[in-house]
This record gives sequence, C-alpha cells and structure tokens, in this order.
Amino acid sequence: MSHIDNSWLLRVRNLTKIYGEPNDRTLALTGPEVNSNICPETESIVACAGVSFDLYPGEVLGIVGESGSGKSTVVKLLYFDIEKTAGAAWLKPYAGGHADILEASGQQKRFIRNHLMGTVYQNPRDGLNFSFSSGGNIAEKLIMAGHMNVGNIRERASFLLDKTEVPVRRLDDPPAVFSGGMQQRVQIAKAIANNPPLLFLDEVTTGLDVSVQAKVLDLIRELQQELGIAMIVVSHDLSVIRMLTDRTLVMKNGRVVESGLTDQILQDPQHAYSQLLVSSLL
Amino acid sequence: MIENKKYSSRYNFAFIDESTKKEIRRKLLKAVAIPGYQVPYSSPEMPIARGWGTGGLHVTLALIGKEDILKMIDQGSDASVNACNLREFVQMMTGCRTTFDTKEASLIQSRHRITEEFLTEEQIFIFQVPQPEPLRGVERYEYKTRQMHGEADYAKMWVSLYESFVRHGDIMLGAGYPVKVNGRYIMAPSPIPRWDIPNLNQSRTLYLFGAGREKRLYAVPPYTTVEPLEFEDVKFKIEQFRDVSCYKTAYRRAFLDEMYLDDGSRQHVINDSNFLDKVEHGQAVIPFTNPYLEQIPQ
Repeated sequence: MSHIDNSWLLRVRNLTKIYGEPNDRTLALTGPEVNSNICPETESIVACAGVSFDLYPGEVLGIVGESGSGKSTVVKLLYFDIEKTAGAAWLKPYAGGHADILEASGQQKRFIRNHLMGTVYQNPRDGLNFSFSSGGNIAEKLIMAGHMNVGNIRERASFLLDKTEVPVRRLDDPPAVFSGGMQQRVQIAKAIANNPPLLFLDEVTTGLDVSVQAKVLDLIRELQQELGIAMIVVSHDLSVIRMLTDRTLVMKNGRVVESGLTDQILQDPQHAYSQLLVSSLL
Repeated sequence: MIENKKYSSRYNFAFIDESTKKEIRRKLLKAVAIPGYQVPYSSPEMPIARGWGTGGLHVTLALIGKEDILKMIDQGSDASVNACNLREFVQMMTGCRTTFDTKEASLIQSRHRITEEFLTEEQIFIFQVPQPEPLRGVERYEYKTRQMHGEADYAKMWVSLYESFVRHGDIMLGAGYPVKVNGRYIMAPSPIPRWDIPNLNQSRTLYLFGAGREKRLYAVPPYTTVEPLEFEDVKFKIEQFRDVSCYKTAYRRAFLDEMYLDDGSRQHVINDSNFLDKVEHGQAVIPFTNPYLEQIPQ
C-alpha cells in the first residue's frame, strides 16, 4: 500500500490543546488510564493530546466519544477557531502539503478557511450571521474567495440552496426565521459554497428531531458521493458515525483510544471504552 | 526691567502647545505615509467638546502658520454656526487671515463637504470626522476591526453592501460611502455625500481627516487612487438631481440642497455657498470634474 502513503489530503500529528499552565508530568497524569483530563498537580485541562491521523481525499472520518472527550477540540484546532498548544497539520492543496497550516499567518489561515475548508457547527448561530439573509451568508463565503459579481453570487447561492433542499425563494430571508433543520441546511450550503476539498461536521444532527436528522444525514451522504468531499464527522451518536463514515477514531479524556474501520469498531471493539459505547447503542 | 515675553500672551500661538503640535504633525506624517490607515493620536483637550469638530481643529491648529489663509465650512456653508465659531476661535488664537473664497484659502477645514471649486497643490483640505471606522457598522469591537484592517479582511463590509442591494435594489449609503484607498485600506471618507467621493481620487490636494472623539487621524495624499466599493454589476452612483437645477443660477453640475421657500414652493439651490456666490455673480470659477459629473447635462 505504499502508493497510498503519499496520497493523503490532511495529515495531523501530535495535535495537543491544553488549557491552563501544564508541567512536565501533566500528560502522564491525565488520560483514559486515570479517567481524567484534569492534571492533579497543575489543574490544567488537557482538551486533547497526541492526536495523529491521516485523511485521504474523499474519505469520511468519524470522531466519536462522550462529551468532554476532546472530539470537537480537534476540529476547532484544524479550522483555526482555537490556537494549538502543540502539534502540526499539513493540508495537500496548501503549499503542496509541505507547510504546517497551524503555523500559518492569520491571513494565510483565512485563505485556507475560505478556499480549502468548510465547517458546519452544531449550533447554526456559530456558523451563520443571523442579521444577514441566507443568500448574504453564502455570499460572504463567495466574496471571501474573490467573487465580486452580485448576479453570479445570487446564481451560485440559489444553486446551493436548491442542492441543500432549501426553497430558493427564501434566498433573501434571514436564517433566524427558519426552522432548525433549514438553518442547518443553509449552513451546509455555505460550507460547500467554494467546493472545498475538506469539510468538518461538528455534531450536525444533535438537537434536530429524528425525521429531520435523517434528511440532513441523507443530504450529507448525497453531497459526499456527488462532490467527493473529504469529511471529518464529529458525533457522540454511533448511528450517525455508522451511517456516514468509513473510518473512526474513538476518543476518551482527550486521547484517541482506538481507531480503525467503522464496521470493525462497531462489530469488534477492542478498547474497553469502545465496547461500552457499542454495547450502549440502542 | 526684564520683560517676561513667555507669558506676554495668554495662549500659545494656535492654542495647542508646541510639543503636542509636534506629536500631531508626526502622526499626520505617518497617516500620509500609509494612505487610509487610521493613526491613533493624543486628541488634546480643546475649549469645545470632543465630537464637535475637535479632530479637524487639531489638524488645522497643528498645521497653521502666520501666513496661512483659513477657510472654514460646515455642510458647504461658510456662515453656519459651527463654521463661524471654529473660524473665530482659530482667528483669535492665531491672528491669521480668514476668507470665504475657496481659491484664496491655503487651509480649508470642512464638515461634510468638499468644495465644488477645484482644489490645487497649494491647498490642504481638512475634514472633521465623527466616525473614522468604516467597519463599525458590521463589527462593533475595536480590536476586531483593527485585525480586519490588518489582514485586509473586508468580506463583512462587502456582504453589508450585498444585503443593501438585495433588500432595497440599490446600495443605500448616502453619506460616508466606504472607499478603498491606494488598493489597500477601506476608509470612511467622513460623511461627505457620494457626490464628493470621485473628487478624492487622484486629487492634487492633500486631504487630512481628524476624528477628535475617536482619536484617529488619516489621510489621502495627492495623486492617490480612491475607489468607492462597487460590485462588477452593481456600480457606485453619485446623487441624481434629475430635472432640477439651482433656482438662482440654473446651474446643474453642483450638489443641490432642496429647500422650501416662504410661498411653500420647493426649490433647489447650490449647496456650496461660496461657489453659489461666484456663479451668481458671474465670476470665473473652475469646478471639479470627474466622469460622473460629465454625464450631467449643463
């Protein structure tokens, strides 16, 4: 499989985020073995530590774990919402994958966010500006990537809303007047506006009712198959992970405790915590 | 008898002490060096409240010399209260000659207008600015707007123009239309009407902006490119005075004020009072020209 080794899209090594002031023993004193991510000596909090993985083009990677396990932190670090403590990440389309994106300048990071990534947050208020119209929200992403023609922007925004099954005549309505499922679909339309090769989905269906959940998941799966976008799906819900992902990382107390093919993890979990997760699946 | 010359007058020339003037001049040099960039400055106490023209006054007083001839205008008029008070104050503090004549003035301080009469290399034009931050409408935190300027992150500004177009069918910004200076910084051109915006572009005059309350100075140096923000298919327009002209002079290529006369009739009149006088009395006057003005029939 050596030909695959260099075909990665996103490579992450030793990604670490610690809040507070850690000492030399902080990492040794926290983790799933002691069932805590708070250092007893310094009271610093290890949100995530030593997370490493490769993501291949068009692949869907799941990150699963209980709340506080650090799964959202990983995505937020990679989308530059928060600053890393340690670690590095490379993205193939940026500088040929030779430059650490976490060390890029603010301007460069914004370029990466606008051209090479998209994200869908659990809460639409994080991803959308509620004082702008839905079209305006999508326009923001397009303008950032250098589109300066109102006609073209509206055409593209209508196309995206149509694609995400939001009625196009609601283009000029603010997302504040939409239902939760519709808001989430506007967020997805915004995230894929510039055809990014990589999409982050952070608990996208949490808080939606079951029928709407199914619709949003269907949409994501369709888009993934149609556009071939690589995705990182963060969820505490194993059924979402099972439905969407090819490969899965299981996280607990800020560490990856198990990784492998999603089917394999669900059929034959190795780590005690994964076993617990799978057995508690309804 | 030894005469104490230091305290022979109650105030220093031009009111502000020399070291503070030096500081303001230094900041003005920086502003000129980085067109459109807002430079923080001391904004010293004045005998009028901040926000009533102190920014413009600081610049004027820091630059004025004994030989200068000062013109002070407010919304195009030499005779409005703000203009009269500030003019009298500067005159008292410097003994400089003042004038209504745009051509004669070497230093012009203005609120909300650029003169209709063409400005030259010999003149400096100073604006009083109430809100120097063009991004304030889309971002309320100062630390964020500074970062946005630093990274030239202007997408939000553009989206607000997009939204205005979508909601109203046009970009509904009257005064203070945002401009891009020298291809880099987005600048609030103080609340001058859109009419005056093209006159900032590649001008022969040095334009200085002072915001006293917000403590910011900025500048458009001569021969600098100033472009109003516009989309490829939604263009910037100046105010349209269709089918009306100045009722005193029948002049059309000037910014017009709408007014109601004593008999209840509605009339338009040239806003720039000195320009109106000159046109009315048939004096020779060279107005600004730009591609937008040239489309208006004379």
